[in-house]
Amino acid sequence: MIRTRGLVKRYGGVTAVAGIDLDVESGDSYGFLGPNGSGKTTTVRMLLGLVLPTAGTVEVLGAPIPKRARQVLHRVGALVESPAAYGHLGARANLSLLDAAGPGGSRRTRRARIDEALEQVGLAEVGRRPVRAYSLGMRQRLGLAAALIRRPELLILDEPTNGLDPRGIQEIRALLLALNAAGTTLFLSSHLLAEVEQLCRRVGVVDRGRLVLQDTLAALRAPTGAVVLRTPDPEWAVGLLDGELAERSGDRLVVRTDDPAALNARLVGQGIRITELAAQRRTLEEVVLDATTTSADRPEAS
Amino acid sequence: MIGVELRKLVRRPRTWVVIGLLNALPTLVAVLLAVTDLAPRPGTGPAFLSAVLSNGVLFPAAALAIVLPLFLPVSVAIVAGDAVAGEAQAGTLRYLIARPAGRTRLLVAKLVAVLVFVALAVVVVTVTAYFVGTALFGTGSLDGGAVGAVSGVPLSPRQAVWRTVLAMAYVAFSMLGVAAVALFLSTVTDSPLAAAMGALAVLVASSLLLTLEAAGALQPYLPTRYWLAFVDLFRQPILWRDLVRGIGLQAVYVAVLLAATWANFTTKDITS
Repeated sequence: MIRTRGLVKRYGGVTAVAGIDLDVESGDSYGFLGPNGSGKTTTVRMLLGLVLPTAGTVEVLGAPIPKRARQVLHRVGALVESPAAYGHLGARANLSLLDAAGPGGSRRTRRARIDEALEQVGLAEVGRRPVRAYSLGMRQRLGLAAALIRRPELLILDEPTNGLDPRGIQEIRALLLALNAAGTTLFLSSHLLAEVEQLCRRVGVVDRGRLVLQDTLAALRAPTGAVVLRTPDPEWAVGLLDGELAERSGDRLVVRTDDPAALNARLVGQGIRITELAAQRRTLEEVVLDATTTSADRPEAS
Repeated sequence: MIGVELRKLVRRPRTWVVIGLLNALPTLVAVLLAVTDLAPRPGTGPAFLSAVLSNGVLFPAAALAIVLPLFLPVSVAIVAGDAVAGEAQAGTLRYLIARPAGRTRLLVAKLVAVLVFVALAVVVVTVTAYFVGTALFGTGSLDGGAVGAVSGVPLSPRQAVWRTVLAMAYVAFSMLGVAAVALFLSTVTDSPLAAAMGALAVLVASSLLLTLEAAGALQPYLPTRYWLAFVDLFRQPILWRDLVRGIGLQAVYVAVLLAATWANFTTKDITS
């Protein structure tokens, strides 16, 4: 679905993207993560033919971009940075103009497709109100509807739940999961890790213009070989565990062990009460923070 | 795509406000003339005005002469300057390119929309002026409908109409130069205001150099040099020399600027 090789973009002396090799398979839900200024948006713009690469190749749906953009991009739905619309027109007029502006949007089915997309994002009852009177959340929904009008095979979305309230976020998440289950490939660029954790199976992490990590979420969050346990008797447990103890904060202990069951039996056998015991997994946040250096919006740190 | 751009042009309230305002000044001038009966002496004031009092058929030409130096270029610069930069500022440009509208197609559609606007503006100004002129000043029926030419023998009403049509075409063509400058700047900057102002700055500079004797060597090449040559269409016989030069000069400006616009826009990173 998406394949980039040695993708580089330089703006004058500034290197925004320094060689990214992305692989997104059909049916994937891919989370594209990275700190601000790491090159995420520039990469997304190169996928859509907005920014022309300095070096390297981009392939979307099997066709080179930007050379054959016209043949494939109409099968891609996109939300880049923030939604945009003509403020003096209503939702339907906006979608109709955008749909008529390129190939692949049949005039005959346009009305029905627009109604369906508005329905999907929860704007069916929006009426003829001009977009300039919309709230941020409504604009975001309209932007998503614009990405959905041609029932795309691939959705490239940049912060799709930006500006939505918790219920809206949940609605859109459910929509995206349903679309993905029905075969739409999702490519989600975000720095909201919780969102990516709930929506994506694979993640790629960029830092300073390089892809520093690309793996399945399950693999990244595999057990670390330690156990986290909570006990009301931490002092006692610490004395008993000795060398196995990796970390302690209050009543929460991290213990290195290859056999959690035996550890549990041993502690309980000594009369130590255990309230919680689970294999330690790294959160996506820890994975990303480990893989990346610092936000590019803190210039003094580089 | 062209249809999309035309729909945007027509559905935008601004288009009609600009065209409405464009008609306000000539109409005001006509009313003042009719009320006071004080026409400028021949050879002073805007072209044709000294003649319109006796025959309103000439008022469309007078109206064109009134809006040509400033009002018409301003409105063309606003619309053409907004063409690409306006989309960039609103953020819709990235969605059009990703749609994908095709950069060349988008540019052609924008250009056609600007041309339609220019034509529309010129036609509305002329037609409005015709009705205002004939209503306020009559059709000169006293002297058999003859229209006083700028020089030479009077024109028949039929000739006057034809020459007004030619004048509309010439004025519209002259505006293409402005449109091309504004469209080019519109692909350079993401601010529609900067693009429109930049185009106007070119015109102001050109008009200023035209009054400067020291700039004599440059004057034949200045974009506004032959704008008012449409007055020559109302001479008897028509004085073609400046008209032909005007068309040639505008054509060169338009061709060069459109080529630059295309080259810039098709290789540009859309970062808006």
